[in-house]
Amino acid sequence: MFKIIKKKQLNSAVTLMEIEAPYIAKKAKAGQFIIFRVDEHGERIPLTIADSDAERGTVTIIYQAVGRSTIMLSQMNEGDSILDFVGPLGTATHLDGYKKVCVVGGGVGNAIAYPSAKALFNNGAEVDVIAGFRSKDIVILEDEFKAVCSHLYITTDDGTYGEKGFVTNKLQSLIDAGNQYDLVIAIGPIPMMKFVSKVTEPYGIKTLVSLNPIMIDGTGMCGGCRVTVGGEIKFACVDGPDFDGHQVDYDELMKRNSFYKEREHCDVDTCRMLNAKPE
Amino acid sequence: MPNMAPKKVPMPEQDPNIRNKNFKEVAEGYTPEMAIEEAKRCLNCKHKPCVNGCPVNVRIPEFIAQVAEGNFADAYKIITSTNALPAVCGRVCPQEHQCEGKCVRGIKGEPVAIGRLERFVADWYIENGTEKAEKPKSNGHKVAVIGAGPAGLSCAGSLAQKGFDVTIFEAFHTAGGVLVYGIPEFRLPKSIVAKEIDKLKDMGVKIMTNMVMGKVLSIDELMDDMGFEAVFIGSGAGLPSFMGIEGEALVGVYSANEYLTRINLMKAYKEGYDTPIDRCKNIAVVGGGNVAMDAARCAKRMGAENVYIVYRRSMEELPARAEEVHHAKEEGIIFKLLTNPVRILPDENGRVRAMECIEMKLGEPDASGRRRPVEIAGSNFELPVDSVVMSIGTSPNPLLRTTTPGLEANKRGCLVADDKMHTTREGVFAGGDAVTGAATVILAMGAGKTAADSIEEYILNK
Repeated sequence: MFKIIKKKQLNSAVTLMEIEAPYIAKKAKAGQFIIFRVDEHGERIPLTIADSDAERGTVTIIYQAVGRSTIMLSQMNEGDSILDFVGPLGTATHLDGYKKVCVVGGGVGNAIAYPSAKALFNNGAEVDVIAGFRSKDIVILEDEFKAVCSHLYITTDDGTYGEKGFVTNKLQSLIDAGNQYDLVIAIGPIPMMKFVSKVTEPYGIKTLVSLNPIMIDGTGMCGGCRVTVGGEIKFACVDGPDFDGHQVDYDELMKRNSFYKEREHCDVDTCRMLNAKPE
Repeated sequence: MPNMAPKKVPMPEQDPNIRNKNFKEVAEGYTPEMAIEEAKRCLNCKHKPCVNGCPVNVRIPEFIAQVAEGNFADAYKIITSTNALPAVCGRVCPQEHQCEGKCVRGIKGEPVAIGRLERFVADWYIENGTEKAEKPKSNGHKVAVIGAGPAGLSCAGSLAQKGFDVTIFEAFHTAGGVLVYGIPEFRLPKSIVAKEIDKLKDMGVKIMTNMVMGKVLSIDELMDDMGFEAVFIGSGAGLPSFMGIEGEALVGVYSANEYLTRINLMKAYKEGYDTPIDRCKNIAVVGGGNVAMDAARCAKRMGAENVYIVYRRSMEELPARAEEVHHAKEEGIIFKLLTNPVRILPDENGRVRAMECIEMKLGEPDASGRRRPVEIAGSNFELPVDSVVMSIGTSPNPLLRTTTPGLEANKRGCLVADDKMHTTREGVFAGGDAVTGAATVILAMGAGKTAADSIEEYILNK
């Protein structure tokens, strides 16, 4: 059993939890993920590691309650325990040797982008962060991001906070203003990652995206998380979850991720870009 | 006087048209009377060819003699002196190629039903056995076992019997490996597996689940920091192969591993479990091994109307056990033999609509000695299916070998180990599918047992 040490509601739908998992806490690196199962009847659900503390033996996860398992998890409280928690899985993001990086997060994806921004900043890179949200009331991690970047740009779709517009607009304007990034990291809904990659492609800026396909084991055993990258089939759980954003077949991934959507009776993709035309 | 009936005492089975709608065990097991009658068919030969046919050398004539006398508890003791998982082996071993294949009675008529008798004894003991497995006296030496599948469980059981302090590290949330994620409930009830594993725990074996070794802990940490004097790797061959044809990433295409894991380990077939699975109408399972039969028979039970086995050679080359093929046919699985997939075709939503296949004929024998399937030009046709399960083999997972310096593997990704199961790393042993590539439960168990002997020799002579 794995104990919930801390629970904090970041906004109405997004929850932060610190889970006691000392073995994982010792090894976790930015970009890696865990798989949890609340109880015997639950599914195995992958979540990217948002932070970890080797000394306290805790792993932080930040998630949006969208499906049955994440809803069940958010109904649990500090002191409760979940049945299974396994990791750290996947390949850590390679963050060494970059001078100037733009980290782009969308919605709850900001939670996954945060550890990369932090690691890059601690490595001495100049880090710009573009954190996009639908609206002011769901902004998360503002203070945390501020502590690990040179500039934090918050955008909201409706203009209720920060700049009005999509993260792609902001990224384009930063590039237009002469910022020379040697890496862009984009983490968020699939369409957002797709369109960020489209912005950087003409400039040849290396772009990493973090993919979240459906999977069971997270060790390369089920093959359910296969994604097409550069025409080749990859297993996101072991070959990723980070991939070259310019090579990913996003449309296929979106279809694969909608496999069980009808069953979940809810809209998993909350990204407004789905209805927007890229500029 | 032995029972000279030429045929085995028949095994009671669920009717095919009833069982293909439920997940209850197909073969229902012998009654004590049936077991005694069948045991009396054994001639108790002096040269015991059956024992040599068994990878873990179960003392077959001895245990059968006890069954014939009605001494089931004694029979159980004899079996478990060499086999840690008899209820499993009695169900899933390919006896026809092993013990029963060597049985003298098989020359004229059917061999003694050794597998059924082993199963009977193990099941009888689970129901009626009173003694708890004894915890042997500890010798103070710690050994780590990676993987709680057949190889790891058998190695751990043997080591515990010898007095070693054994910890098994398992990546999944449940111990059992392929016994719980792969082999379906109707062939091997999970409660049986759990009881066999509980016996190991009674013997003092510790099992840590949710531990993906190579990620959460390295072999070096086990040996340098945690005091394990030897490590056994029984991590299996869990990496699924795909064909590399067009359309394999479509929605509705599964690896057999994923399909079976959702149904067996994650219990998608059971009310009350959250695991989603596609309830398909027409499904093609590509491949002809035992795993393909399992996937096809699961699909039928999940309510599919037409379940096809698509295999590129003919019935004669089908690698699955005869009994599994027989059961599959009885349950209404349709065999599309001498047929090979060319590509998988989508509907407008990116879901599987059909599989384009081509007919094959058998040409000259290839390296494996089997006649090579050759495409018949222009024979392409569309098989209308909404799901495809790829069951064309698996290979060992690279997680451990890529994180363990000095651990060598061959070109197929299988760990290199000598006949005593020693790998290229001092103190690290390996066996089962991780070394051989995908094979059988009992071969893995045999390897685990051999490794346990080698580990004992290695640690005590250090």
